[in-house]
Amino acid sequence: MGISTSNKPFKERVVDAEADHFMRAAVAKAQDAQFIKRTASRRELGHWNQWRDLAEQIRQHAIKYLPDYLEEFSDNVEKRGGHVFFAKTEDEAHQFIKELAIAKKAKNIVKSKSMVTTEINLDKTLLTIPGVSLLESDLAEFILQEDNWDEPTHIVFPTLHKNRDQIQKEFQKLGYQGDDDPQHEARFVRGYLRKFFMKADFGITGCNFAIADNGMINLDTNEGNADITMAIPKTQVVVMGMERIVPSMKEAEVLDNMLARSAVGQKLTTYCTFTGKKQAGEIDGPDDFWVVIVDDGRSKALGTDFEPILQCIRCGACMNVCPVYRQIGGKGYGSIYPGPLGEVLSPILGGYEHFRELPYACSLCAACTETCPVKIPLHHLIREHRIVEMDDRHLDHSMTNLILKMVGVGTGSPALFGSAMKMAHPATKLFTDGGPNAVEPMYDGGKIDYVPKITPKLIHGWVDSRDVPRPVKAKNNFRHWYKHHQPVSPAPIVKKEGGPEDE
Amino acid sequence: MFPNVGKSMVEVLERLGCQTFLPDKQVCCGQPTYNSGYSKGSLKTFKNEIDALLSMDADYIVGPTGSCVFMIKEYKDILKDDPVYGPRAEKVANKIYEFTQFIYRVLGIVDCGAELDATITVHRSCHMTRLLGERTAPFVLLDHVKDIKRIPLHNVQLCCGFGGTFSAKEPELSTAMVQDKVKNIMDTKADILVGMETSCLMNIAGYMNRHGDHIKVMHIAEVLNHNVDPTRIKYLKDTDEAVVPANGEGVF
Repeated sequence: MGISTSNKPFKERVVDAEADHFMRAAVAKAQDAQFIKRTASRRELGHWNQWRDLAEQIRQHAIKYLPDYLEEFSDNVEKRGGHVFFAKTEDEAHQFIKELAIAKKAKNIVKSKSMVTTEINLDKTLLTIPGVSLLESDLAEFILQEDNWDEPTHIVFPTLHKNRDQIQKEFQKLGYQGDDDPQHEARFVRGYLRKFFMKADFGITGCNFAIADNGMINLDTNEGNADITMAIPKTQVVVMGMERIVPSMKEAEVLDNMLARSAVGQKLTTYCTFTGKKQAGEIDGPDDFWVVIVDDGRSKALGTDFEPILQCIRCGACMNVCPVYRQIGGKGYGSIYPGPLGEVLSPILGGYEHFRELPYACSLCAACTETCPVKIPLHHLIREHRIVEMDDRHLDHSMTNLILKMVGVGTGSPALFGSAMKMAHPATKLFTDGGPNAVEPMYDGGKIDYVPKITPKLIHGWVDSRDVPRPVKAKNNFRHWYKHHQPVSPAPIVKKEGGPEDE
Repeated sequence: MFPNVGKSMVEVLERLGCQTFLPDKQVCCGQPTYNSGYSKGSLKTFKNEIDALLSMDADYIVGPTGSCVFMIKEYKDILKDDPVYGPRAEKVANKIYEFTQFIYRVLGIVDCGAELDATITVHRSCHMTRLLGERTAPFVLLDHVKDIKRIPLHNVQLCCGFGGTFSAKEPELSTAMVQDKVKNIMDTKADILVGMETSCLMNIAGYMNRHGDHIKVMHIAEVLNHNVDPTRIKYLKDTDEAVVPANGEGVF
């Protein structure tokens, strides 16, 4: 499976990730830095919420009329002399490109960064062709490739988990003799890549937006590597997720703005290019131009509650604000799409069986929903996945499932709930040690700080790391107090104003 | 579990001229089960809550926690196809408010007359700020409390790690999150941590108490009910302050 990055169980991945203190510090630092840049660039644009409304409308419209726009786009690519291939599955997509590379006798394949090519496992497929060499030209993807195809941990900053010393070591294998200054490292890679670019005969890029009414491809990068990938090789393949479409240049302009400000806190990325097959009179560009449009499970979201996830423009802002991503980084999720986006998308593309824990790795804080530039209700969709897992597929058969079902019964019945409240104080006597407290005045009535080993996992989950105030005696509870209390008399100024009831 | 929060809320509201009622059958908003994925298993809880809240013909419904209030507001979407409970849920949604939101936006009051000579820091709860859209009311009300000094909390926008059953189902994640939150709180050196949501406070204080972090924890209702001098109570219209609308821009 293309999107899965690990076969370890989820809990193990979390423990591994949390032990990686360097990674956690790097992620926290990156999140904090992006917070400042992102917020500044959005404020500078002004009327951010209205821009979000517009961006949402554009994306919803494109998804609603997806078949029509894909047809229009495909016709226009062909009118410009290019070719289009629709791939239903991961295998269809990478097989097609492999056969194309063989047919074109490709020797040196150069790629620019693209999540969808990672998703369809393209690099490793192409490297099975004898005599072919392949190079990732995005700096971060290049580092991953040199580190024995390490997995990306962020969709915009794939090497967020690596530091400059680790990178220096990787580059030394390639002949780098400089220090750990990122500028020197980058300059070295630039020279290394340039040599490969000049002999590349087959280029592969992703696609930020496909323009339906002119058949062009919009690419946003900060390194310019996608532009060289487009300019030099004779044969060019663009791989795009089928939802990556906009009606015209007008909409692309809005979304390029939203993307750059959300992803990297810039007005626009350094390079924002619209390109396609070389036309008469143009001096560079591919003579041979192919677009591979990939479904790979995306159509499963169409017409369902999960359709809004197809609005995603892959800016990564949701992972930059996520408090869970902050703790476990990309690797913890076990999917090339991590963070809130990944929690929604991974079960759709990769199946609930493989990714059933992901929607639960979320406190539903909605920071993702708040930041999303195209207004995907991410936390809401995460909760929808939980509902599919529990109500439709009954995926949980543990004690937790039983307890939560009992909670459902208890909270639905005032009589049962009332007796549970009465029982709560005496029932918790055994687990109260009466030891000293640091926090006032919450534990004045005692605390629960211990449960026996055989207690269900769900309860250990809380009590093993946190105290909880012991429930009060029935005669001290709020309901009892309320029944017997004398109402406080209204303040004089309030009486004068008459209060809201008299309005 | 926190009887003082309810008591304080009732006393503050009564002092501000409200007549209060507590419906007998009112139990739980249903978040623990619904947010865990048990949609069908929560329906009885939702319907009981709607029946209880409509059992008396109150002008407004007020709750001391933003997340419960928002859950109850969501009933109308969840039950939209139910011919009986759909319209009833709508009725509830139209008149329910979080406690501070009600004081600030409905009653139009900025000063509840309270006094608290202490430095505080505030944990703003996620559902209250992001889903209910109330980012202002608690801060306005707290800043009018006499002698109070409020210290901004670093990374205030980050979740404390409670997240309902998340805290018990994913203790590894939840504990790491609350650990960060507690560090930021203790770094303020405030005397008191104030919150608008008992569940967040239970999580944060639970971790602090276990790890010996000495601090006082109060719900905002307890602060607004502290050492009250009713003559200090002030309406927004009697100040030169502008109303900050709800649902404003967040911190992105």
